[in-house]
Amino acid sequence: MLISAALICQTVLVGIAGFAISVSAKRWANGIIYGAAALVCLTGLGIALASISAPSALTLPLGLPWIGMHFRIDALSAVFAAVVNLGGAAACVFAIGYGRHEQFPQRVLPFVPAFLAAMNLVVLADDAFTFLLSWECMSLLSWALVVSHDRTNENLRAGLIYMAMAGLGTLALFATFALLTGPGADFTFAAIRSHGISPALSGVVLGLALLGAGSKAGLFPLHAWLPLAHPAAPSHVSALMSGVMTKVAVYGFVRIVFDLMGPVDWRLSIVVIVIGAVTALLGVLYALMQHDLKRLLAYHTVENIGIIFVGLGLALAFRSSGLIAAAALAFTAALFHVFNHSLFKSLLFFGASAIQNATGERDMDRLGGLIHAMPQTAFAFLIGAAAISALPPLNGFASEWMVFQAAFQSAALPQWGLRLIIPAAAAVLALSAALAAACFVKAFGITFLGRARSDASSSAKEVDRTSRFAMFALAAGCGVAGIAPGLFTNLLRPASQMLTQAATPFATLPAPLTPIAASHNTYNGLVVALGIAIAAGLIAAVVKAFANRRTRRSDTWDCGHPEINVHAQYTAGSFAQPIRRVYAAFVFRARETVQLPPPCDLAPARLETSLIDPVWKLLYAPVGRSISVVSGRLNPFQHLTIRYYLGIVFVTLVVLLTVLAIWP
Amino acid sequence: MGPFDIAHFLAGLVVLLSFALLYQDRLPPLINTFAAQSLVLALSVAWQAQAQHAPHLLITAGIEFCFKTIVIPLVLTWTIRNLKIHRTVEIVVSVGPTIIAGIALVGLSMGLMLRAGAGIGNLAHQDMAFALSVVLLGLLMMVTRRNAVSQVIGFMSIENGLVLAATGARGMPFVVETCVAFSVLVVLIVIGIFLFRIRERFDSVDVALIDSFRGER
Repeated sequence: MLISAALICQTVLVGIAGFAISVSAKRWANGIIYGAAALVCLTGLGIALASISAPSALTLPLGLPWIGMHFRIDALSAVFAAVVNLGGAAACVFAIGYGRHEQFPQRVLPFVPAFLAAMNLVVLADDAFTFLLSWECMSLLSWALVVSHDRTNENLRAGLIYMAMAGLGTLALFATFALLTGPGADFTFAAIRSHGISPALSGVVLGLALLGAGSKAGLFPLHAWLPLAHPAAPSHVSALMSGVMTKVAVYGFVRIVFDLMGPVDWRLSIVVIVIGAVTALLGVLYALMQHDLKRLLAYHTVENIGIIFVGLGLALAFRSSGLIAAAALAFTAALFHVFNHSLFKSLLFFGASAIQNATGERDMDRLGGLIHAMPQTAFAFLIGAAAISALPPLNGFASEWMVFQAAFQSAALPQWGLRLIIPAAAAVLALSAALAAACFVKAFGITFLGRARSDASSSAKEVDRTSRFAMFALAAGCGVAGIAPGLFTNLLRPASQMLTQAATPFATLPAPLTPIAASHNTYNGLVVALGIAIAAGLIAAVVKAFANRRTRRSDTWDCGHPEINVHAQYTAGSFAQPIRRVYAAFVFRARETVQLPPPCDLAPARLETSLIDPVWKLLYAPVGRSISVVSGRLNPFQHLTIRYYLGIVFVTLVVLLTVLAIWP
Repeated sequence: MGPFDIAHFLAGLVVLLSFALLYQDRLPPLINTFAAQSLVLALSVAWQAQAQHAPHLLITAGIEFCFKTIVIPLVLTWTIRNLKIHRTVEIVVSVGPTIIAGIALVGLSMGLMLRAGAGIGNLAHQDMAFALSVVLLGLLMMVTRRNAVSQVIGFMSIENGLVLAATGARGMPFVVETCVAFSVLVVLIVIGIFLFRIRERFDSVDVALIDSFRGER
């Protein structure tokens, strides 16, 4: 039984966590713990891949008495379990080298295997109780990782906001499952699936699922915690949170909306598409404004989650109108992007953490020139940056191309509203893809090119071998998934068949992408890769043949400034300035002020920029104020005498009994 | 008289004694009334044991009789004599409104059980209504009294209501019943010690006096 094997893996992970508690202060603990966890994750990956076409289920007599805990691995869980375990294995391998630099390994070491187990259990759960329990464990363990690493005030604040957001999300999921379960007491997914949900409630359930899963995934306007909390954790955990935990949240949404809710009205799909598109655009715009490398990556997670949700929204829209081939395409595109994003986001976070280890810096304006000191990291980071910017022949292009192909099918939809909104959403996605490319030109250029902007940056050393191995493995994954995407979409076919009653055509080697049928558009990654290689080779040959080979030495053009120092280079801020002026002036109220010193004062002039995330002012601040007002009003209730408390209990009881007595 | 008539007679008597508890404003008669209520309850449980052919209910009746009719009243009487408060008279809310409120509560329980207990048979739901009345009247007593001893007696009469409900509804598991009985004993011990401590500090057992001594205000 595959499910038993998968559960044994999770037990082993929990055992490793327990072992880590006792030995985490030892020097040798790091390699053993992470090595063992990586092996278990690889086993879990194998089990997940094997159970894509062979679902299995198991009920354990644990948890609530008479209810037990139900576990099941079907095509959908298997896909997400594969993503979780692949990301987990990569993070553990990376951490074997990276974790040695950890200042307090005992604060991090025990939590990581337990966190991996919790994420796996969310994916394997087959009843509401197990799902919510694992979900909450996942939240709490990741919270512990955020706050335990580095006890600065900033991190504690990030942890507090994350805790509040996670609590809100779990509350919303509780309500979701309460509505889905209905008056009966059977919490298993099979029972929920069999009785479905009334159309009147489906809007509420979808909204709550968006709130619950979306707050964990980082959907607008619930994304505000994510760029604070993800960078605050140690870097391999940032990679896990950004690359894997957000995917578990996507799994929660897919499980609830596509599987448990049954048919969904097309009007509701508009909500998903619009929220996804807004999330994608705002995420990338905000990322462009950042100069902290890890925070930039975290905002890009927000963007990619937006893309995934647009794909899911398209699948909902097509499925409600019976266009199952298009629905399968959109759904496969979303799942494929889930997989791809977990690959390149983990890779990029590893790169950022390698840089942080080598230089102690996360601020791009203090980096630069690292391509000389860390050429291998630079190459791997470049692959990841090209993949996330959706450049062919890498995997980011393949999945985003599929999302666009799905959007082009919208002309066949009968509803005018969708036919207008889907192309608009596709245009927004195109804009955000272009902005993402700009953003990673900035991230790579400022960090790795030019000259070092600080001493730490100029004295950097390449990271250790295992860390590089993890990065190159992921980079190779990005390449393979881009060149032969069909190999991966084939694995998604059972899940798509299960939830949209159709699947994209089966791809044989060299595994091109065929969205609907071979007669329509296809994308052959191998041909594109060969084309790029031949074109690049030709250009190199031509340049080599015809360029002037005579070596000349002279000063470069200094823009009229004879004194050149490293601070005269382009910075992250200057790179983002045009985009900040065009877009962010309205969205983020970006303001630039030049402060000139008074005459005869030798102080330097300063250019100050400020950004405001609108959700803080428009959404969170009013909520915070109202909570403060309400709690202020309720404060006297803390100081009543015992007879008043008894009286309150008594009056409440009598009122409830009266309501029960006269209720029609 | 059939078996159910006698069960009803005894349950009604328990409710009536609850009203008597509400009415009593001196402590010794209050304790005596509580002992009487417990005695009637023990009789009622014993009758149910005979009527339902459930011998384990006889043990329940025995516990009721030993503890609530004899031990607890004796301990309470000894306590108030030692505290020298057996001659005090306490009036918080005047008796008339309290009794009217009590009657309204009994009406509420009847109305509620007529609806909620529609499926369980005519006689069983009247038993439940009596039991709920006893619980609510005990709670009313705890709310209206200020003396710690009367609050303890209110609490114990709530427990009497629970036992009445449990035996009416075909008996509760014996383990639960014993647990409840022991919890009442523990409450007696804790509250007894507590009473002496309050008395030592404040020269009174009026719980309102303690309120000004709480921290974090």
